Amino acid sequence: MTADEKQEAQFQKLLTPKDPEGNDLKFQSKEAEATYKASITRIKDAVQLKKTPDRVPVTLLPSMFPFINAGMTIQEAMYDYDKTVAAFRKFILEYEPDMHIGAAHAGPGKFYEILDYKLYKWPGHGIAPEYSYQCVEGEYMKAEEYDLLITDPSFYFRNFYLPRVFGALEGFTMLPPLTGILEIYGVAFNFIPYALPPVQGTFKALFEAGAEALKWAMAIGGLNGELTTLGFPNILGGFTKGPFDVIGDTLRGTRGIMLDMYRQPDKLLKAMEALVPIMIGMGIGASQQTGNPQIFMPLHKGADGFLSDEQFKKFYWPTFKAVMVGLIEGGCIPFPALEGHWGSRLKVIQDIPRGKTMWMVDQTDMAKAKETLGKNACLIGNVSSSMLRLSTPDEVKAYCKKLIDTAGKGGGFIMGNGAFFDEAKPENVKAMVDFTKEYGVYK
Amino acid sequence: MAKDLVKTLADLKEEEVLEIVQNRLNAGDDPLRILDDARRALEIVGKRFSDCEYFIPDLVYSGEILKRITDMVKPKITKTAEMKRLGKVVVGTVAGDIHDIGKDIVVFMLDVNGFEVFDLGIDVPAQKFVDKIKETNSKVVGLSGFLTLAFDSMKETVEAIKKAGLRDKVKIMIGGGQIDDLVKGFAGADAYGKDAMEAFKLAKGWIGG
Repeated sequence: MTADEKQEAQFQKLLTPKDPEGNDLKFQSKEAEATYKASITRIKDAVQLKKTPDRVPVTLLPSMFPFINAGMTIQEAMYDYDKTVAAFRKFILEYEPDMHIGAAHAGPGKFYEILDYKLYKWPGHGIAPEYSYQCVEGEYMKAEEYDLLITDPSFYFRNFYLPRVFGALEGFTMLPPLTGILEIYGVAFNFIPYALPPVQGTFKALFEAGAEALKWAMAIGGLNGELTTLGFPNILGGFTKGPFDVIGDTLRGTRGIMLDMYRQPDKLLKAMEALVPIMIGMGIGASQQTGNPQIFMPLHKGADGFLSDEQFKKFYWPTFKAVMVGLIEGGCIPFPALEGHWGSRLKVIQDIPRGKTMWMVDQTDMAKAKETLGKNACLIGNVSSSMLRLSTPDEVKAYCKKLIDTAGKGGGFIMGNGAFFDEAKPENVKAMVDFTKEYGVYK
Repeated sequence: MAKDLVKTLADLKEEEVLEIVQNRLNAGDDPLRILDDARRALEIVGKRFSDCEYFIPDLVYSGEILKRITDMVKPKITKTAEMKRLGKVVVGTVAGDIHDIGKDIVVFMLDVNGFEVFDLGIDVPAQKFVDKIKETNSKVVGLSGFLTLAFDSMKETVEAIKKAGLRDKVKIMIGGGQIDDLVKGFAGADAYGKDAMEAFKLAKGWIGG
């Protein structure tokens, strides 16, 4: 199948959803079924850029807003899965966006505790109960470890990176590579480490963590199914990242990767190339599991100012584009989020296959994005967090009108917030959705 | 020779820079003069950053080279030199927020451009800003924040400064992830700066120099 045919098949699959047993999904009403199918068709038209949708689709991409708005602390949202699910259900039924991305944002706090996650601070672990979890940047990968990463990324992750970010995975440092298991002679030697107490301790923690992750996933997965039957599709099929952000966010850190650009550029480039097929596989694998083609990609270190044009073209763009192209060839729809300002990158990033991607736009000028990137891709956004939190409903409507008139012209646009939001005025969120449904109808 | 260090460091040629510094130390050059040249080089780096010729990686790298120079030179310093500073600025990430990358870049940019910067770190309670303003008599305060929770923390910090009777003695600038002019109005700050260059321009405009 060509990439076009694969994408079409994915949308057809979304239009004929199944229940967990593989039978046609039973919607709770005829109306819910019609709403669901209209939403999928609307998104399909907005993404493919072949047909103008019946109206501008509208999505809500919150981080902690549904829980804060339900009067919960972030700590509760992370630990009480039933409450989390109830709050998210209420949020969707109250605001009625055309689509959503599920209730996974808060994540399972207990799971992080079991594994002693060090990469983040979260409520009760360095953060006050009412605030969101936050990343602790560091050099979790050392400058001299590029060769290890390039040679065998999985071995590097298991034996070096993971034990540094999860305290409970210390036992992984003692495990030999799996590729040493070849034939009967000597095969047993490979398994000796599994007899050692630290390794067994790590595996015990993994069993416990797995059980907790499953418990959480059942709760939010169950809600996804329920929301579908009510007419609200979850459009998030999975997540992957561009190689520069993989290394710059959580391996070497911002400072580390920036120094590597000067001190060992060739190794950095080689490591990013090694990560390309892995990041493609991560997206395609997730999409196959969830049955949803949209693969989210948060973009960070390529924003305006973080790199010069030259650095962007040399270090950031080529491998990021390669991941997107690989995802597209696998039938996925890359869903990158341009976090912060990306105005200076638009001319470069517009060079992508047409009708195959959807981009969440944060603070970049939407009119300019429409003229460039928007020629080849669907844009989502860009009602700002500050506007949702501080403006009035009338101001939000006026901004949405401007967005529909410019970015929405001719299709290829989904109304939404520009950055994942925590605090917001409920009436502003409501105004964004309701106004779009009313004013965003294409004539 | 002196010109070489300034130019080589401003051009970010790390190995050459370290060689020049080593040679000058071997030749018995005054370590304070070496540091002074390094400071002048970093001023050029800051200027190139303002002119959009340099970007954040260049700033980070220059800071890293400077650290290595300082490590080499410091053991040889016997007397201290008084540096002339343009003025004092208090900077910190507001309460509840632990992000530091943007804040660190602002601190670096202000520092290399001659301001005396008091960096309070991350998750800074409002009272700590107040205490530091009193203690240092700083005329400019920079509040950083990445998350939407920072909107309220910024407002609370500005209010605490007001309550302490210091509001008309300081200019307050804010910046970071989701911060913009709307937040400036909400928090009651004097200005919003999109990036480290604007932070520098704002501080310079208020303090002069």
